[in-house]
Amino acid sequence: MSADNRYRKIGYRRKLPVIIKYIILSIVLIIIMIPIVILIFGSVKTRGEFLTSPYTIPIPPRWENFIEVLKMNSFWRLLLNSFLVTIATTIGTVLICSLAAFAIARTKFRGKSFVFNFLTLGLMFPVTIAILPVYLAARKLALVDNLWGVILIHTAFQLSFGIVILNNYFKSIPSELQDASYIDGCSAFGFYWHILLRISRPALATVAAITAVFSWNDLMVPLVLLNSEDLWTLPLGTMQFQGQYGTDWAMVSAFVTLSAIPAVVLYLFIQRQLISGLTAGSIKG
Amino acid sequence: MKAKRDDDIARMEPGENRYIKLKDRLTITWFLLPAIVLFLIFLVYPIVQSIYYSLFDWKGFGSAVDFVGLGNYIRILTDKIFLKAIGNNLIIVVLSMAIQLPIALILALMVGRKLRGRGFFRTVFFMPYILSEVITAIMWMFLYNADPDRGFINAIITLIPGVVARAWLGELNLVLLAIFVVLTWKYFGFHMLIYMAGLQNIPTEVEEAALIDGANRRQLITHVTLPLLGGTIRTSAYLSVLGSLQVFALVWIMTKGGPVNASELMSTYMYRYSFIRFELGYGSAVATVMLLIALIFSLAYRRILVKPDYLG
Repeated sequence: MSADNRYRKIGYRRKLPVIIKYIILSIVLIIIMIPIVILIFGSVKTRGEFLTSPYTIPIPPRWENFIEVLKMNSFWRLLLNSFLVTIATTIGTVLICSLAAFAIARTKFRGKSFVFNFLTLGLMFPVTIAILPVYLAARKLALVDNLWGVILIHTAFQLSFGIVILNNYFKSIPSELQDASYIDGCSAFGFYWHILLRISRPALATVAAITAVFSWNDLMVPLVLLNSEDLWTLPLGTMQFQGQYGTDWAMVSAFVTLSAIPAVVLYLFIQRQLISGLTAGSIKG
Repeated sequence: MKAKRDDDIARMEPGENRYIKLKDRLTITWFLLPAIVLFLIFLVYPIVQSIYYSLFDWKGFGSAVDFVGLGNYIRILTDKIFLKAIGNNLIIVVLSMAIQLPIALILALMVGRKLRGRGFFRTVFFMPYILSEVITAIMWMFLYNADPDRGFINAIITLIPGVVARAWLGELNLVLLAIFVVLTWKYFGFHMLIYMAGLQNIPTEVEEAALIDGANRRQLITHVTLPLLGGTIRTSAYLSVLGSLQVFALVWIMTKGGPVNASELMSTYMYRYSFIRFELGYGSAVATVMLLIALIFSLAYRRILVKPDYLG
Protein backbone atom coordinates (compact mmCIF):
# COMPACT_ATOMS: atom_id res chain seq x y z
CA MET A 1 0.00 0.00 0.00
CA SER A 2 2.74 2.40 0.94
CA ALA A 3 4.62 1.45 -2.19
CA ASP A 4 1.58 2.41 -4.16
CA ASN A 5 1.42 5.82 -2.54
CA ARG A 6 5.05 6.48 -3.09
CA TYR A 7 4.75 5.47 -6.72
CA ARG A 8 1.90 7.80 -7.16
CA LYS A 9 3.62 10.70 -5.46
CA ILE A 10 6.86 10.42 -7.39
CA GLY A 11 4.97 9.66 -10.52
CA TYR A 12 3.02 12.83 -10.38
CA ARG A 13 5.86 15.08 -9.38
CA ARG A 14 8.25 13.91 -12.05
CA LYS A 15 5.81 13.23 -14.84
CA LEU A 16 4.90 15.73 -17.48
CA PRO A 17 2.09 17.77 -16.07
CA VAL A 18 -1.10 16.15 -17.20
CA ILE A 19 -2.23 19.31 -18.92
CA ILE A 20 0.74 19.21 -21.31
CA LYS A 21 -0.10 15.63 -22.18
CA TYR A 22 -3.60 16.65 -23.06
CA ILE A 23 -2.35 19.52 -25.19
CA ILE A 24 -0.02 17.25 -27.17
CA LEU A 25 -2.65 14.56 -27.55
CA SER A 26 -5.17 17.14 -28.69
CA ILE A 27 -2.80 18.43 -31.36
CA VAL A 28 -2.33 14.90 -32.65
CA LEU A 29 -6.07 14.46 -32.51
CA ILE A 30 -6.59 17.54 -34.67
CA ILE A 31 -4.00 16.37 -37.19
CA ILE A 32 -5.76 13.02 -37.41
CA MET A 33 -9.13 14.63 -37.89
CA ILE A 34 -8.21 17.32 -40.44
CA PRO A 35 -8.30 15.14 -43.56
CA ILE A 36 -11.52 13.51 -42.46
CA VAL A 37 -13.22 16.78 -41.57
CA ILE A 38 -12.16 18.48 -44.79
CA LEU A 39 -13.50 15.55 -46.75
CA ILE A 40 -16.85 15.76 -45.00
CA PHE A 41 -16.99 19.55 -45.36
CA GLY A 42 -16.27 19.23 -49.06
CA SER A 43 -18.97 16.64 -49.54
CA VAL A 44 -21.73 19.02 -48.45
CA LYS A 45 -20.78 21.84 -50.78
CA THR A 46 -21.85 22.59 -54.29
CA ARG A 47 -19.26 22.29 -56.97
CA GLY A 48 -18.99 26.08 -57.14
CA GLU A 49 -18.52 26.43 -53.40
CA PHE A 50 -15.88 23.77 -53.47
CA LEU A 51 -13.93 25.72 -56.06
CA THR A 52 -14.15 29.05 -54.29
CA SER A 53 -13.71 27.88 -50.70
CA PRO A 54 -12.75 24.23 -50.51
CA TYR A 55 -11.96 23.96 -46.81
CA THR A 56 -14.28 26.29 -44.99
CA ILE A 57 -17.18 25.20 -42.85
CA PRO A 58 -20.12 24.53 -45.15
CA ILE A 59 -23.02 26.76 -44.15
CA PRO A 60 -25.61 25.85 -45.10
CA PRO A 61 -24.78 22.21 -45.86
CA ARG A 62 -25.90 21.03 -49.27
CA TRP A 63 -27.02 17.46 -49.38
CA GLU A 64 -27.39 17.31 -53.16
CA ASN A 65 -24.13 15.43 -53.66
CA PHE A 66 -25.14 12.74 -51.24
CA ILE A 67 -28.54 12.43 -52.80
CA GLU A 68 -27.03 12.15 -56.24
CA VAL A 69 -24.60 9.44 -55.16
CA LEU A 70 -27.35 7.56 -53.38
CA LYS A 71 -29.40 7.68 -56.55
CA MET A 72 -26.69 5.94 -58.52
CA ASN A 73 -27.39 2.28 -59.07
CA SER A 74 -23.70 1.69 -59.37
CA PHE A 75 -23.11 2.85 -55.80
CA TRP A 76 -25.56 0.32 -54.39
CA ARG A 77 -24.11 -2.33 -56.61
CA LEU A 78 -20.63 -1.66 -55.20
CA LEU A 79 -21.98 -1.73 -51.69
CA LEU A 80 -23.74 -5.03 -52.30
CA ASN A 81 -20.68 -6.63 -53.87
CA SER A 82 -18.49 -5.49 -51.02
CA PHE A 83 -20.94 -6.90 -48.51
CA LEU A 84 -21.11 -10.21 -50.33
CA VAL A 85 -17.35 -10.54 -50.53
CA THR A 86 -16.77 -9.47 -46.94
CA ILE A 87 -19.46 -11.67 -45.44
CA ALA A 88 -18.51 -14.74 -47.42
CA THR A 89 -14.81 -14.23 -46.71
CA THR A 90 -15.45 -13.76 -43.02
CA ILE A 91 -17.65 -16.82 -42.65
CA GLY A 92 -15.29 -18.93 -44.72
CA THR A 93 -12.22 -17.81 -42.83
CA VAL A 94 -13.73 -18.36 -39.40
CA LEU A 95 -15.02 -21.78 -40.36
CA ILE A 96 -11.91 -23.08 -42.08
CA CYS A 97 -9.56 -21.62 -39.48
CA SER A 98 -11.52 -23.04 -36.58
CA LEU A 99 -11.62 -26.49 -38.14
CA ALA A 100 -7.88 -26.50 -38.73
CA ALA A 101 -7.07 -24.93 -35.38
CA PHE A 102 -9.24 -27.54 -33.65
CA ALA A 103 -7.30 -30.35 -35.28
CA ILE A 104 -4.00 -28.73 -34.40
CA ALA A 105 -4.81 -27.65 -30.86
CA ARG A 106 -7.01 -30.47 -29.66
CA THR A 107 -6.02 -33.68 -31.39
CA LYS A 108 -2.90 -35.72 -31.78
CA PHE A 109 -1.45 -36.77 -35.05
CA ARG A 110 1.87 -37.32 -36.63
CA GLY A 111 3.46 -34.37 -38.38
CA LYS A 112 1.43 -31.88 -36.43
CA SER A 113 4.19 -29.31 -36.10
CA PHE A 114 4.90 -29.57 -39.81
CA VAL A 115 1.26 -28.93 -40.63
CA PHE A 116 1.17 -25.98 -38.25
CA ASN A 117 4.29 -24.44 -39.71
CA PHE A 118 2.98 -24.97 -43.20
CA LEU A 119 -0.33 -23.32 -42.42
CA THR A 120 1.35 -20.30 -40.91
CA LEU A 121 3.49 -19.66 -43.99
CA GLY A 122 0.95 -17.08 -45.04
CA LEU A 123 2.13 -14.75 -42.30
CA MET A 124 5.22 -14.12 -44.38
CA PHE A 125 3.51 -13.59 -47.71
CA PRO A 126 0.97 -10.82 -47.81
CA VAL A 127 -1.34 -10.95 -50.79
CA THR A 128 0.06 -7.75 -52.28
CA ILE A 129 3.43 -9.38 -52.80
CA ALA A 130 2.00 -12.58 -54.18
CA ILE A 131 -0.64 -10.98 -56.35
CA LEU A 132 0.75 -11.91 -59.74
CA PRO A 133 1.28 -15.59 -58.93
CA VAL A 134 -2.18 -15.67 -57.38
CA TYR A 135 -3.71 -13.98 -60.41
CA LEU A 136 -2.13 -16.48 -62.77
CA ALA A 137 -3.47 -19.36 -60.71
CA ALA A 138 -6.93 -17.79 -60.57
CA ARG A 139 -6.88 -17.39 -64.34
CA LYS A 140 -6.21 -21.08 -64.80
CA LEU A 141 -9.06 -21.92 -62.47
CA ALA A 142 -11.46 -19.60 -64.34
CA LEU A 143 -11.86 -17.46 -61.23
CA VAL A 144 -11.10 -14.22 -63.02
CA ASP A 145 -14.00 -11.77 -63.17
CA ASN A 146 -15.79 -13.75 -60.54
CA LEU A 147 -16.57 -12.73 -56.97
CA TRP A 148 -15.77 -16.26 -55.81
CA GLY A 149 -12.22 -15.68 -56.92
CA VAL A 150 -11.95 -12.64 -54.66
CA ILE A 151 -13.59 -14.48 -51.78
CA LEU A 152 -11.38 -17.55 -52.04
CA ILE A 153 -8.19 -15.53 -52.33
CA HIS A 154 -9.10 -13.27 -49.44
CA THR A 155 -9.90 -16.34 -47.37
CA ALA A 156 -6.69 -18.12 -48.28
CA PHE A 157 -4.58 -15.16 -47.26
CA GLN A 158 -6.32 -14.70 -43.92
CA LEU A 159 -5.97 -18.34 -42.89
CA SER A 160 -2.57 -18.21 -41.22
CA PHE A 161 -3.46 -15.33 -39.01
CA GLY A 162 -6.76 -16.87 -37.96
CA ILE A 163 -5.25 -20.26 -37.28
CA VAL A 164 -2.58 -18.75 -35.03
CA ILE A 165 -5.12 -16.84 -32.97
CA LEU A 166 -7.59 -19.71 -32.68
CA ASN A 167 -4.90 -22.27 -31.98
CA ASN A 168 -3.74 -20.24 -28.98
CA TYR A 169 -7.28 -19.86 -27.74
CA PHE A 170 -8.32 -23.48 -28.24
CA LYS A 171 -5.25 -24.67 -26.38
CA SER A 172 -6.34 -22.76 -23.31
CA ILE A 173 -9.64 -24.61 -23.04
CA PRO A 174 -9.57 -27.25 -20.30
CA SER A 175 -9.33 -30.79 -21.58
CA GLU A 176 -11.94 -32.00 -19.07
CA LEU A 177 -14.57 -30.37 -21.20
CA GLN A 178 -13.54 -32.39 -24.19
CA ASP A 179 -13.28 -35.60 -22.20
CA ALA A 180 -16.71 -35.08 -20.71
CA SER A 181 -18.33 -34.43 -24.03
CA TYR A 182 -16.78 -37.56 -25.52
CA ILE A 183 -17.97 -39.59 -22.58
CA ASP A 184 -21.43 -38.18 -23.18
CA GLY A 185 -21.19 -39.61 -26.65
CA CYS A 186 -20.17 -36.54 -28.61
CA SER A 187 -18.16 -37.11 -31.74
CA ALA A 188 -15.12 -34.98 -32.47
CA PHE A 189 -17.15 -32.92 -34.85
CA GLY A 190 -19.95 -32.72 -32.31
CA PHE A 191 -17.57 -31.33 -29.71
CA TYR A 192 -16.20 -28.84 -32.20
CA TRP A 193 -19.58 -27.72 -33.45
CA HIS A 194 -21.69 -27.71 -30.31
CA ILE A 195 -19.19 -26.85 -27.62
CA LEU A 196 -15.89 -25.47 -28.89
CA LEU A 197 -17.37 -22.94 -31.26
CA ARG A 198 -19.77 -21.75 -28.59
CA ILE A 199 -17.25 -21.19 -25.85
CA SER A 200 -14.72 -19.64 -28.25
CA ARG A 201 -16.90 -16.78 -29.36
CA PRO A 202 -14.51 -14.00 -28.30
CA ALA A 203 -11.66 -15.48 -30.33
CA LEU A 204 -13.91 -16.20 -33.30
CA ALA A 205 -15.19 -12.64 -33.17
CA THR A 206 -11.62 -11.39 -33.20
CA VAL A 207 -10.75 -13.39 -36.28
CA ALA A 208 -13.98 -12.29 -37.92
CA ALA A 209 -13.31 -8.63 -37.18
CA ILE A 210 -9.82 -8.63 -38.64
CA THR A 211 -10.89 -10.60 -41.68
CA ALA A 212 -13.85 -8.32 -42.32
CA VAL A 213 -11.74 -5.16 -42.20
CA PHE A 214 -9.13 -6.66 -44.50
CA SER A 215 -11.64 -7.94 -47.00
CA TRP A 216 -13.72 -4.78 -46.98
CA ASN A 217 -10.75 -2.51 -47.63
CA ASP A 218 -8.64 -4.55 -50.00
CA LEU A 219 -8.12 -3.05 -53.42
CA MET A 220 -5.47 -5.32 -54.89
CA VAL A 221 -7.41 -8.54 -55.41
CA PRO A 222 -10.56 -6.94 -56.91
CA LEU A 223 -8.37 -4.68 -59.03
CA VAL A 224 -6.56 -7.49 -60.79
CA LEU A 225 -9.41 -9.99 -60.80
CA LEU A 226 -12.57 -8.08 -61.67
CA ASN A 227 -13.12 -6.60 -65.11
CA SER A 228 -16.87 -6.16 -65.26
CA GLU A 229 -18.17 -3.09 -63.57
CA ASP A 230 -21.08 -5.09 -62.18
CA LEU A 231 -18.73 -7.01 -59.95
CA TRP A 232 -16.60 -4.19 -58.60
CA THR A 233 -16.26 -3.75 -54.87
CA LEU A 234 -16.36 -0.46 -53.03
CA PRO A 235 -12.63 0.33 -52.94
CA LEU A 236 -12.28 -0.45 -56.63
CA GLY A 237 -15.42 1.49 -57.53
CA THR A 238 -14.31 4.44 -55.42
CA MET A 239 -10.97 4.53 -57.17
CA GLN A 240 -12.63 4.40 -60.59
CA PHE A 241 -15.15 7.04 -59.59
CA GLN A 242 -12.37 9.36 -58.54
CA GLY A 243 -10.65 8.77 -61.86
CA GLN A 244 -13.82 9.51 -63.77
CA TYR A 245 -15.19 12.48 -61.83
CA GLY A 246 -11.80 13.69 -60.67
CA THR A 247 -12.60 17.33 -61.39
CA ASP A 248 -15.88 17.38 -59.51
CA TRP A 249 -14.32 17.31 -56.09
CA ALA A 250 -17.51 17.90 -54.17
CA MET A 251 -19.06 14.85 -55.75
CA VAL A 252 -15.97 12.74 -55.20
CA SER A 253 -15.94 13.83 -51.55
CA ALA A 254 -19.55 12.77 -51.13
CA PHE A 255 -18.84 9.42 -52.74
CA VAL A 256 -15.78 8.80 -50.60
CA THR A 257 -17.59 9.87 -47.43
CA LEU A 258 -20.46 7.52 -48.12
CA SER A 259 -18.12 4.68 -48.94
CA ALA A 260 -16.30 5.23 -45.64
CA ILE A 261 -19.42 5.08 -43.51
CA PRO A 262 -19.83 1.28 -43.40
CA ALA A 263 -16.23 0.82 -42.31
CA VAL A 264 -16.49 3.44 -39.60
CA VAL A 265 -19.76 2.03 -38.28
CA LEU A 266 -18.32 -1.47 -38.34
CA TYR A 267 -15.25 -0.20 -36.52
CA LEU A 268 -17.28 1.32 -33.72
CA PHE A 269 -19.06 -1.99 -33.23
CA ILE A 270 -16.12 -4.35 -33.41
CA GLN A 271 -13.45 -2.15 -31.95
CA ARG A 272 -12.74 -4.38 -29.01
CA GLN A 273 -12.43 -7.55 -31.06
CA LEU A 274 -10.28 -5.80 -33.60
CA ILE A 275 -7.92 -4.43 -31.01
CA SER A 276 -7.57 -7.68 -29.12
CA GLY A 277 -6.83 -9.48 -32.36
CA LEU A 278 -4.29 -7.03 -33.64
CA THR A 279 -2.43 -6.96 -30.38
CA ALA A 280 -2.75 -10.67 -29.57
CA GLY A 281 0.39 -11.75 -31.33
CA SER A 282 2.53 -8.81 -30.50
CA ILE A 283 2.68 -8.40 -26.76
CA LYS A 284 4.70 -11.43 -25.86
CA GLY A 285 8.27 -11.21 -24.64
CA MET B 1 11.35 -38.25 -39.29
CA LYS B 2 11.59 -39.95 -35.95
CA ALA B 3 13.03 -36.84 -34.35
CA LYS B 4 10.15 -34.90 -35.76
CA ARG B 5 7.71 -37.32 -34.22
CA ASP B 6 9.30 -37.12 -30.81
CA ASP B 7 9.20 -33.42 -31.15
CA ASP B 8 5.50 -33.53 -31.77
CA ILE B 9 4.93 -35.76 -28.84
CA ALA B 10 7.15 -33.71 -26.59
CA ARG B 11 5.18 -30.63 -27.41
CA MET B 12 1.99 -32.03 -26.12
CA GLU B 13 1.12 -31.01 -22.66
CA PRO B 14 0.69 -33.76 -20.09
CA GLY B 15 -3.06 -33.27 -19.92
CA GLU B 16 -3.30 -33.86 -23.57
CA ASN B 17 -2.85 -37.57 -23.06
CA ARG B 18 -6.21 -37.65 -21.50
CA TYR B 19 -7.91 -36.33 -24.59
CA ILE B 20 -9.82 -39.05 -26.20
CA LYS B 21 -7.87 -39.45 -29.35
CA LEU B 22 -9.50 -39.09 -32.66
CA LYS B 23 -8.95 -42.66 -33.65
CA ASP B 24 -10.18 -41.93 -37.04
CA ARG B 25 -7.36 -40.41 -38.93
CA LEU B 26 -9.88 -39.46 -41.54
CA THR B 27 -11.65 -37.10 -39.20
CA ILE B 28 -8.45 -35.14 -38.65
CA THR B 29 -7.89 -35.04 -42.34
CA TRP B 30 -11.34 -33.64 -42.92
CA PHE B 31 -10.71 -30.91 -40.37
CA LEU B 32 -7.44 -29.89 -41.93
CA LEU B 33 -8.35 -30.42 -45.54
CA PRO B 34 -10.08 -27.12 -46.40
CA ALA B 35 -7.21 -25.04 -45.05
CA ILE B 36 -4.55 -27.17 -46.69
CA VAL B 37 -6.33 -27.25 -50.03
CA LEU B 38 -6.83 -23.48 -50.12
CA PHE B 39 -3.21 -23.02 -49.20
CA LEU B 40 -1.98 -25.35 -51.88
CA ILE B 41 -4.15 -23.72 -54.53
CA PHE B 42 -3.57 -20.09 -53.69
CA LEU B 43 -0.16 -20.02 -52.11
CA VAL B 44 2.04 -22.97 -52.90
CA TYR B 45 0.97 -23.70 -56.45
CA PRO B 46 1.00 -20.04 -57.57
CA ILE B 47 4.45 -19.44 -56.16
CA VAL B 48 5.93 -22.55 -57.73
CA GLN B 49 4.27 -21.70 -61.02
CA SER B 50 5.59 -18.16 -60.89
CA ILE B 51 9.11 -19.31 -60.31
CA TYR B 52 8.73 -21.41 -63.44
CA TYR B 53 7.32 -18.52 -65.48
CA SER B 54 10.04 -16.22 -64.27
CA LEU B 55 12.44 -18.16 -66.46
CA PHE B 56 10.55 -17.22 -69.60
CA ASP B 57 9.90 -14.20 -71.70
CA TRP B 58 6.14 -14.52 -71.59
CA LYS B 59 3.34 -12.10 -72.44
CA GLY B 60 0.63 -14.15 -70.83
CA PHE B 61 -0.90 -15.69 -73.92
CA GLY B 62 -0.48 -19.31 -74.86
CA SER B 63 2.13 -21.31 -73.06
CA ALA B 64 5.48 -19.95 -72.08
CA VAL B 65 8.05 -21.08 -74.64
CA ASP B 66 10.61 -18.31 -74.81
CA PHE B 67 13.06 -19.66 -72.28
CA VAL B 68 15.47 -17.00 -71.06
CA GLY B 69 16.96 -18.73 -68.04
CA LEU B 70 17.96 -16.21 -65.43
CA GLY B 71 17.69 -13.40 -67.95
CA ASN B 72 14.75 -11.78 -66.21
CA TYR B 73 16.58 -11.77 -62.91
CA ILE B 74 19.62 -10.19 -64.47
CA ARG B 75 17.37 -7.58 -66.02
CA ILE B 76 15.74 -6.85 -62.66
CA LEU B 77 18.98 -6.45 -60.83
CA THR B 78 20.39 -4.16 -63.48
CA ASP B 79 17.24 -2.09 -63.91
CA LYS B 80 17.84 1.29 -62.30
CA ILE B 81 14.13 1.78 -61.71
CA PHE B 82 13.80 -1.44 -59.75
CA LEU B 83 16.84 -0.55 -57.69
CA LYS B 84 15.26 2.85 -57.14
CA ALA B 85 12.07 1.10 -55.99
CA ILE B 86 14.02 -1.03 -53.50
CA GLY B 87 15.71 2.15 -52.31
CA ASN B 88 12.36 3.86 -51.85
CA ASN B 89 11.02 0.89 -49.91
CA LEU B 90 14.10 1.09 -47.71
CA ILE B 91 13.68 4.83 -47.22
CA ILE B 92 10.14 4.25 -46.05
CA VAL B 93 11.28 1.54 -43.65
CA VAL B 94 14.03 3.76 -42.25
CA LEU B 95 11.71 6.74 -41.90
CA SER B 96 9.15 4.53 -40.16
CA MET B 97 11.72 3.30 -37.67
CA ALA B 98 13.12 6.76 -37.09
CA ILE B 99 9.90 8.75 -36.95
CA GLN B 100 6.66 6.81 -37.05
CA LEU B 101 7.42 4.17 -34.44
CA PRO B 102 8.98 6.61 -31.94
CA ILE B 103 5.95 8.89 -32.28
CA ALA B 104 3.69 5.92 -31.63
CA LEU B 105 5.79 4.84 -28.65
CA ILE B 106 5.93 8.31 -27.10
CA LEU B 107 2.19 8.75 -27.47
CA ALA B 108 1.57 5.31 -25.98
CA LEU B 109 3.76 6.16 -22.99
CA MET B 110 1.99 9.45 -22.68
CA VAL B 111 -1.43 7.90 -22.63
CA GLY B 112 -0.01 5.28 -20.30
CA ARG B 113 -2.27 3.09 -18.25
CA LYS B 114 -4.69 5.41 -16.66
CA LEU B 115 -4.89 8.76 -18.33
CA ARG B 116 -8.50 9.86 -18.45
CA GLY B 117 -9.86 9.71 -21.94
CA ARG B 118 -7.39 6.97 -22.84
CA GLY B 119 -10.04 4.97 -24.66
CA PHE B 120 -11.23 8.00 -26.57
CA PHE B 121 -7.75 8.89 -27.85
CA ARG B 122 -7.15 5.29 -28.80
CA THR B 123 -10.39 5.12 -30.74
CA VAL B 124 -9.64 8.26 -32.72
CA PHE B 125 -5.94 7.61 -33.30
CA PHE B 126 -6.74 4.18 -34.61
CA MET B 127 -9.50 5.37 -36.91
CA PRO B 128 -7.32 6.00 -39.99
CA TYR B 129 -6.21 2.37 -39.86
CA ILE B 130 -9.67 1.11 -40.74
CA LEU B 131 -10.22 3.51 -43.61
CA SER B 132 -9.17 1.88 -46.85
CA GLU B 133 -6.02 2.98 -48.63
CA VAL B 134 -8.25 4.15 -51.46
CA ILE B 135 -10.17 6.53 -49.24
CA THR B 136 -6.97 7.68 -47.57
CA ALA B 137 -5.30 8.38 -50.89
CA ILE B 138 -8.19 10.45 -52.22
CA MET B 139 -8.45 12.47 -49.02
CA TRP B 140 -4.80 13.34 -49.07
CA MET B 141 -4.80 14.22 -52.74
CA PHE B 142 -7.21 16.99 -51.81
CA LEU B 143 -4.95 18.15 -49.01
CA TYR B 144 -1.81 18.02 -51.13
CA ASN B 145 -3.20 19.96 -54.06
CA ALA B 146 -0.53 22.26 -55.43
CA ASP B 147 -2.87 25.23 -55.69
CA PRO B 148 -3.10 27.05 -52.33
CA ASP B 149 -6.67 28.00 -53.17
CA ARG B 150 -7.57 24.34 -53.25
CA GLY B 151 -5.07 22.38 -51.20
CA PHE B 152 -5.32 22.79 -47.46
CA ILE B 153 -1.66 22.17 -46.70
CA ASN B 154 -0.49 24.79 -49.14
CA ALA B 155 -3.13 27.16 -47.85
CA ILE B 156 -1.73 26.79 -44.33
CA ILE B 157 1.94 27.09 -45.17
CA THR B 158 1.51 30.04 -47.48
CA LEU B 159 0.10 31.94 -44.52
CA ILE B 160 3.68 32.12 -43.34
CA PRO B 161 5.34 35.02 -45.16
CA GLY B 162 7.95 33.95 -47.66
CA VAL B 163 6.78 30.35 -47.91
CA VAL B 164 5.58 29.33 -51.33
CA ALA B 165 3.16 26.61 -52.28
CA ARG B 166 4.69 23.30 -53.30
CA ALA B 167 3.46 20.54 -55.54
CA TRP B 168 3.79 17.92 -52.83
CA LEU B 169 3.03 15.00 -55.06
CA GLY B 170 4.68 16.45 -58.14
CA GLU B 171 8.19 17.28 -57.01
CA LEU B 172 10.89 14.67 -57.24
CA ASN B 173 12.39 15.31 -53.85
CA LEU B 174 9.14 15.85 -51.97
CA VAL B 175 6.88 13.09 -53.16
CA LEU B 176 8.27 10.25 -51.08
CA LEU B 177 8.19 12.38 -47.97
CA ALA B 178 4.62 13.37 -48.73
CA ILE B 179 3.67 9.72 -49.04
CA PHE B 180 5.48 8.89 -45.84
CA VAL B 181 3.41 11.52 -44.03
CA VAL B 182 0.24 9.81 -45.24
CA LEU B 183 1.55 6.41 -44.18
CA THR B 184 2.34 7.79 -40.74
CA TRP B 185 -1.10 9.33 -40.49
CA LYS B 186 -2.67 6.01 -41.38
CA TYR B 187 -0.54 3.55 -39.46
CA PHE B 188 0.94 5.17 -36.33
CA GLY B 189 -2.30 4.41 -34.47
CA PHE B 190 -1.82 0.72 -35.14
CA HIS B 191 1.67 0.76 -33.65
CA MET B 192 0.50 2.87 -30.76
CA LEU B 193 -2.16 0.27 -30.09
CA ILE B 194 0.45 -2.46 -29.98
CA TYR B 195 2.61 -0.46 -27.59
CA MET B 196 -0.34 0.30 -25.37
CA ALA B 197 -1.13 -3.39 -25.17
CA GLY B 198 2.53 -4.11 -24.43
CA LEU B 199 2.53 -1.54 -21.64
CA GLN B 200 -0.59 -3.07 -20.21
CA ASN B 201 1.30 -6.33 -19.95
CA ILE B 202 4.11 -4.96 -17.82
CA PRO B 203 3.24 -5.61 -14.22
CA THR B 204 3.02 -2.38 -12.26
CA GLU B 205 4.95 -4.03 -9.42
CA VAL B 206 8.11 -3.96 -11.50
CA GLU B 207 7.89 -0.25 -12.03
CA GLU B 208 6.95 0.35 -8.43
CA ALA B 209 9.98 -1.62 -7.30
CA ALA B 210 12.22 0.52 -9.48
CA LEU B 211 10.72 3.67 -8.03
CA ILE B 212 11.25 2.40 -4.51
CA ASP B 213 14.86 1.72 -5.40
CA GLY B 214 15.15 5.39 -6.22
CA ALA B 215 14.82 5.45 -9.99
CA ASN B 216 13.54 8.71 -11.40
CA ARG B 217 11.01 8.96 -14.15
CA ARG B 218 13.52 9.00 -16.97
CA GLN B 219 15.49 6.09 -15.56
CA LEU B 220 12.27 4.23 -15.07
CA ILE B 221 11.45 4.53 -18.75
CA THR B 222 14.90 3.87 -20.17
CA HIS B 223 15.94 1.11 -17.79
CA VAL B 224 12.69 -0.61 -16.96
CA THR B 225 9.80 0.15 -19.24
CA LEU B 226 11.58 0.17 -22.59
CA PRO B 227 13.58 -3.03 -22.02
CA LEU B 228 10.42 -4.77 -20.92
CA LEU B 229 8.74 -3.52 -24.07
CA GLY B 230 11.59 -4.93 -26.14
CA GLY B 231 9.62 -7.78 -27.65
CA THR B 232 6.73 -5.52 -28.49
CA ILE B 233 8.99 -2.99 -30.17
CA ARG B 234 10.65 -5.69 -32.24
CA THR B 235 7.30 -7.06 -33.33
CA SER B 236 6.09 -3.63 -34.29
CA ALA B 237 9.26 -3.04 -36.29
CA TYR B 238 8.80 -6.38 -38.01
CA LEU B 239 5.21 -5.59 -38.93
CA SER B 240 6.32 -2.18 -40.15
CA VAL B 241 8.85 -3.69 -42.56
CA LEU B 242 6.39 -6.27 -43.82
CA GLY B 243 3.84 -3.48 -44.11
CA SER B 244 6.10 -1.36 -46.27
CA LEU B 245 6.31 -4.20 -48.77
CA GLN B 246 2.52 -4.15 -48.95
CA VAL B 247 1.94 -0.48 -49.57
CA PHE B 248 0.33 -0.27 -52.97
CA ALA B 249 -3.07 1.35 -53.35
CA LEU B 250 -2.01 4.52 -51.59
CA VAL B 251 0.89 5.17 -53.93
CA TRP B 252 -0.79 3.85 -57.03
CA ILE B 253 -3.74 6.21 -56.65
CA MET B 254 -1.78 9.27 -55.56
CA THR B 255 1.20 9.15 -57.91
CA LYS B 256 1.32 5.89 -59.89
CA GLY B 257 4.93 5.74 -58.72
CA GLY B 258 5.77 9.06 -60.34
CA PRO B 259 6.84 11.66 -61.07
CA VAL B 260 9.61 9.97 -63.04
CA ASN B 261 9.60 6.96 -60.70
CA ALA B 262 10.40 9.16 -57.72
CA SER B 263 7.83 7.32 -55.60
CA GLU B 264 8.17 3.92 -57.26
CA LEU B 265 7.92 1.05 -54.81
CA MET B 266 8.51 -2.62 -55.50
CA SER B 267 4.77 -3.22 -55.42
CA THR B 268 3.97 -0.52 -58.00
CA TYR B 269 6.85 -1.67 -60.17
CA MET B 270 5.61 -5.24 -60.07
CA TYR B 271 2.06 -4.14 -60.79
CA ARG B 272 3.10 -2.01 -63.75
CA TYR B 273 5.07 -4.75 -65.45
CA SER B 274 2.51 -7.44 -64.70
CA PHE B 275 -0.83 -5.78 -65.22
CA ILE B 276 -0.17 -2.74 -67.40
CA ARG B 277 2.57 -3.98 -69.70
CA PHE B 278 1.59 -7.61 -69.32
CA GLU B 279 5.17 -8.80 -69.25
CA LEU B 280 4.14 -11.72 -67.12
CA GLY B 281 7.44 -13.58 -67.28
CA TYR B 282 9.32 -10.55 -66.08
CA GLY B 283 6.56 -9.71 -63.58
CA SER B 284 6.85 -13.25 -62.19
CA ALA B 285 10.55 -12.73 -61.68
CA VAL B 286 9.86 -9.46 -59.85
CA ALA B 287 7.25 -11.20 -57.69
CA THR B 288 9.72 -13.98 -56.94
CA VAL B 289 12.33 -11.46 -55.86
CA MET B 290 9.79 -9.74 -53.59
CA LEU B 291 8.71 -13.05 -52.09
CA LEU B 292 12.34 -13.93 -51.48
CA ILE B 293 12.91 -10.62 -49.74
CA ALA B 294 9.87 -11.21 -47.51
CA LEU B 295 10.97 -14.78 -46.79
CA ILE B 296 14.57 -13.92 -46.01
CA PHE B 297 13.52 -11.05 -43.81
CA SER B 298 11.01 -13.16 -41.89
CA LEU B 299 13.44 -16.03 -41.42
CA ALA B 300 16.22 -13.70 -40.36
CA TYR B 301 13.92 -12.02 -37.92
CA ARG B 302 12.90 -15.31 -36.39
CA ARG B 303 16.29 -16.94 -36.38
CA ILE B 304 18.54 -14.10 -35.43
CA LEU B 305 16.54 -11.66 -33.43
CA VAL B 306 14.01 -13.57 -31.45
CA LYS B 307 11.99 -16.63 -31.05
CA PRO B 308 8.80 -16.26 -33.00
CA ASP B 309 6.81 -13.87 -30.86
CA TYR B 310 4.12 -13.84 -33.35
CA LEU B 311 3.47 -17.53 -33.19
CA GLY B 312 3.03 -17.44 -29.44
